[in-house]
Amino acid sequence: MNKIRYERPVIKKLETGMPNKFGTRTEYVAMTHIDGNAVKDLIKEYGSPLFILSEKTIRSTITRARKAFETRYPKVQFAWSYKTNYLNAVCSIFHQEGSWAEVVSGFEYDKAIKLGVDGRKIIFNGPEKSMEDLTKAINNDSLIHIDHLDELYSIVELADELKKHPRVAIRVNMDTGVYPMWDRFGFNYENGQAWDAINKIMHSGKMELVGLHAHIGTFMLSPFAYGIAASKLAELALSIEQKFKHEIKYIDLGGGFASKNTLKGAYLPGTDTNPTFDDFAEAISTALLNSNFKQDKLPLLILETGRALIDEAGYLLGSVISNKRSSTGRRNTILDVGVNILFTSFWYDHKITPAQAFTQYSEDTCVYGPLCMNIDVIRESTNLPLLNRGDQVVIHTVGAYNMTQWMQFISLRPNVVLIDMNEKPHVIRLQETLDNMNSMEKVPTHLAGFNL
Amino acid sequence: MKLQKNVAISEAGLLFNPVTGESFSVNPIGIEILNLIRDEKSQDQISLAILDKYSTDKATFEKDYTDFIGILEHHNLLERNEKTNA
Repeated sequence: MNKIRYERPVIKKLETGMPNKFGTRTEYVAMTHIDGNAVKDLIKEYGSPLFILSEKTIRSTITRARKAFETRYPKVQFAWSYKTNYLNAVCSIFHQEGSWAEVVSGFEYDKAIKLGVDGRKIIFNGPEKSMEDLTKAINNDSLIHIDHLDELYSIVELADELKKHPRVAIRVNMDTGVYPMWDRFGFNYENGQAWDAINKIMHSGKMELVGLHAHIGTFMLSPFAYGIAASKLAELALSIEQKFKHEIKYIDLGGGFASKNTLKGAYLPGTDTNPTFDDFAEAISTALLNSNFKQDKLPLLILETGRALIDEAGYLLGSVISNKRSSTGRRNTILDVGVNILFTSFWYDHKITPAQAFTQYSEDTCVYGPLCMNIDVIRESTNLPLLNRGDQVVIHTVGAYNMTQWMQFISLRPNVVLIDMNEKPHVIRLQETLDNMNSMEKVPTHLAGFNL
Repeated sequence: MKLQKNVAISEAGLLFNPVTGESFSVNPIGIEILNLIRDEKSQDQISLAILDKYSTDKATFEKDYTDFIGILEHHNLLERNEKTNA
């Protein structure tokens, strides 16, 4: 006789009063498959926890973003933000889709070069570029975005030494009406630092100022701030043309577009409230088109958005280790997914969906990871169906930053699998092993061996 | 172990405690266990009945059963002097 699927007994007090429109349950339908692959089969084959990336979603998202901008502005170029997810397979998809590379360290720069990116299509951002990094970037004719005066002087020095004319831009920070204002990177617009840097570059005659760059924040929920940034950069470019008779080739509005994740403390889900690519594109292109650029002199618009292009393509599969109750009677569920591999759970309320059928019954649950650390909390409170030990879950919208900011802490990092356009899974990063970790360590001879 | 005398249980999954005026929703397996408790079955008998019908193991069910009884006690749905049998 076939037995009925077990669900633990649950009793829940019915509260009277107004229904809570914000306290909705996480999900109504089980997510049994991702791009045609059964979650249970993926876990059986590649283990739990397991990162999954959908090539279909990546390509459809970048296509949607390009369409939003290209229908509104004639010259658009995307540059893939390596720090968001620099797995080679992921970068290759974006490069196949026409994105340049945007890197912020020598390590990322080398990764892009090794992957085959043309040096002239690498944007080198960030406050730390060693003389060695700058030398490589100058020799490859990459676009160097200057963050501070010390870097500017280093480039002047290297330009002489290498007898090159490096292509540079400056990063400009500014007040766009959002709080907190990001002013730690680049040169300030309002207090004249940006003009100071521009004058130094132009009068040095050692480099070509090709662009102006701003990156006004992260997980931006206001497209209008980008409109302000675009206006200010346009004004700066036009003033440079007036003063130096020099044409600025591109305006780079950086990244920071919000994905569809839900920030902690938000009343409504990000899927309902966060701006779309069309919203950002409308604000930016309107500002640039309404500036005083002549029709044939419109600068190229570069966008370095990362999070909004990859977040939704990423899933983290996990399994239930145990259910227990806290001292106050609250339901606690422990998953095998910890904050060491889901760094973004510190600032998002990630959506969690069971990967198998469930009933309409649910419980308010605190979801913990497996680490022996008090901070290992995936969701402080979420309304989840009744999960049994061994049940599997899908954590959504994890494609951005988790596969770069993850930590080898307490446990090893899991496999990452890409499901291709034909729904075939490929391991694109192998699960770490103890040997991987030990191979980087050295034990001095006097510490080799002990008697206990 | 006994349920409070006047507690009303509907097969649709609603439980009403007229003493406190509180209502609860209960899932089908919970209703089944409550009815077995009302029929004065022992924990072993309840365990056998559930394991016979549902795809789970004894250890999992006993853990969940203990947890369920704890919540019933928390909501004062069990007769106090009898709860030690749980």
